[in-house]
Amino acid sequence: MNLLIKNGRVIDPSQKIDGVMDVLVEDGLIKELGAGLAAPTGVETIDAAGKYVVPGLIDMHVHLRDPGLEYKEDIISGTKAAVAGGFTSICCMPNTKPVIDNKTVASYIINKAKAEGFCNVFPVGSITYGLSGDRMSEMGELKESGCVAVSDDGKPVGNSELMMRSLQYAAGIGIMVISHAEELELVGEGVMNEGFTSTELGLKGIPRVAEDIATARETLLAEYTGTPIHIAHVSTQASVRIIREAKARGVKVTCETAPHYFTLTDDAVRGYNTNAKMNPPLRESADVAAIKEGLKDGTIDAIATDHAPHHSDEKDVEFNLAMNGIIGLETSLPLSLGLVDEGVLTLNELIEKMSCNPSKILNLKRATLKAGSVADITLIDPTIEWVVETDKLASKSKNSPWLGQKLKGGAAATVVGGKLAYKR
Amino acid sequence: MAEFKHKHIIALRDLSKEDIELLISTAESMREINSRDIKKVPTLRGKTIINLFYEASTRTRTSFEIAGKRLSADTVNITPSSSSATKGETLADTALNLLAMKPDIIVMRHAVSGSHYFLANKINCSIINAGDGAHEHPSQGLLDMLTMKDRFGRLDGLKVAIVGDITHSRVARSNIQGLTKLGSKVFLAGPPTMVPPGVERLGDVTVCGTMNEALQDADVVMMLRIQQERQGKTLMPNAREYSRYFGLNPNNIKLAKPNAMVMHPGPINRGVEMSSSMVDGDQSWILKQVENGVAVRMAMLYHVCGGELE
Repeated sequence: MNLLIKNGRVIDPSQKIDGVMDVLVEDGLIKELGAGLAAPTGVETIDAAGKYVVPGLIDMHVHLRDPGLEYKEDIISGTKAAVAGGFTSICCMPNTKPVIDNKTVASYIINKAKAEGFCNVFPVGSITYGLSGDRMSEMGELKESGCVAVSDDGKPVGNSELMMRSLQYAAGIGIMVISHAEELELVGEGVMNEGFTSTELGLKGIPRVAEDIATARETLLAEYTGTPIHIAHVSTQASVRIIREAKARGVKVTCETAPHYFTLTDDAVRGYNTNAKMNPPLRESADVAAIKEGLKDGTIDAIATDHAPHHSDEKDVEFNLAMNGIIGLETSLPLSLGLVDEGVLTLNELIEKMSCNPSKILNLKRATLKAGSVADITLIDPTIEWVVETDKLASKSKNSPWLGQKLKGGAAATVVGGKLAYKR
Repeated sequence: MAEFKHKHIIALRDLSKEDIELLISTAESMREINSRDIKKVPTLRGKTIINLFYEASTRTRTSFEIAGKRLSADTVNITPSSSSATKGETLADTALNLLAMKPDIIVMRHAVSGSHYFLANKINCSIINAGDGAHEHPSQGLLDMLTMKDRFGRLDGLKVAIVGDITHSRVARSNIQGLTKLGSKVFLAGPPTMVPPGVERLGDVTVCGTMNEALQDADVVMMLRIQQERQGKTLMPNAREYSRYFGLNPNNIKLAKPNAMVMHPGPINRGVEMSSSMVDGDQSWILKQVENGVAVRMAMLYHVCGGELE
């Protein structure tokens, strides 16, 4: 199927393009960009007037829960949620059952996504075998099986020597290490950010420094070894500062944050709202401001969702017992577009953080509308207003702090490999 | 008389000054019943109260049970060891099953802060919080305030020192919420490892650098229980050193106003947070607190049932 996307505002940071024009897609590839392109016969035309036409969005941090935890999400429902949220590619984290620490599991995911998924899925293998934290996975095999990075996301590699050696080993293979930066001893039994709100609610707090110490360790290890590292879900003021300073010293560190860290504070936990419980926890307004500052000045390279689906039985419980995490694929784009409205980012910068930079960091070779490249394209409607409702979410799980709230902006259509995978 | 509009009593944070005053004044009138020869009135006859205690408790559970019985309610006690909790049943399922037996009030103690709000969204009977995690212990806060009112005839303008592990104390939180709403000033002292961030923003609360500072001219000195198993290895060196800096004794009590009240929610570690001479001394109001607990809980049960005094 061929497509002609007409009259949209095409924004492609990879070519420094920003203007109203048409995009012609042929045989799964971008054929041509230009004004007033004629539709060849048999081509489906999409009117994109008033819409942004951008390189397909990439979410480098998703939990698909497949294999093993399909009652929360699976590759079909997860990729359906992804395209509904405007994502053409997602990277899935290895804390599945079994863990993505071998070729069999990686291949299962890639094959199932190709056969039944709605978007591209790039698996992330584990740093340590079985997420055990005590010995390295076969990173070479993981890379050859299609994994684009390694991470023990969900928990840190606590052993500093193992982390350092993993960075060195991974660099030799040419695979990115994504760090879940957390000092577990400081987290203890904590269930939310430590601050005034935790004091008032009588909930055990997690001090920010639990993240900061780990972020500092990772940047120092990367500096010492001269190898790249990517820090996942940055949520604190000091972590942003540590990464900013490391970058200034030439450390090969990149990082991501998630929409909830620039839109919500730990006030959202009030009422013991388990849909505001995640790890790292929601922080305070000074952190939110610092995250925005980090996005603006380029310290934070990417926006990723940390989409973490959980069944209602795992969230509709006493606060301490509730699982950590929220879904994010379908709310990320409107929340991130808010950064443009607020003047934190330009539209071009937003597309960089939601597409170009994730592609660059993980060497995905996507995120461009150049002629000849794979036609992964997102059409964004910046004005549409919609209410987040459980029965309208494609994700199997409904654990969102935005349920019942009105959001502005969203995907109008999502084109994956030249095929229309989603249309609002 | 003012009207009590709350179906549940989960936290003094949720109650107004007027609500708290009403509960205390009702408790004052309930005390008369407790001094009778026949300590029973028919006020809550036909009402069923379930005491659901997920954490061990002697004082509070007994006090609620006696309170219910003195008002002629039928009370049933459920403790985790004899309940489905050990069989892996969720709190919500347990509560829904109990609810099917049509209780009027569930009095619950639970280790997780906020559990009562979670439950209040699921079931339609009244819920009274008998302690949730480190959040609140409203009946304790109310009985403490009633005891202070007994001594001073008022609750505004008092200087109340609370000493100990504030971070993990639901008693401290309920007292802070209640006392500051009624116009008292609260002074906190404890090792910095046991003072939670932002606690001074909860009301007219001052965090003191030393125990002496908190005791200075205090009308009330409330000592909190220190638990070696909880404060454990990282919050303090040991009970001996804790006692040295945060224990109440005949010397440092002199910093407080003459004849200041000494209180403790119990159970007491004698010789740790306070010396036995303070526990048993003339300034101790500890047993009066326990006595007032029954009246306060009668008042709470009575008001959530929306009944009228005969």
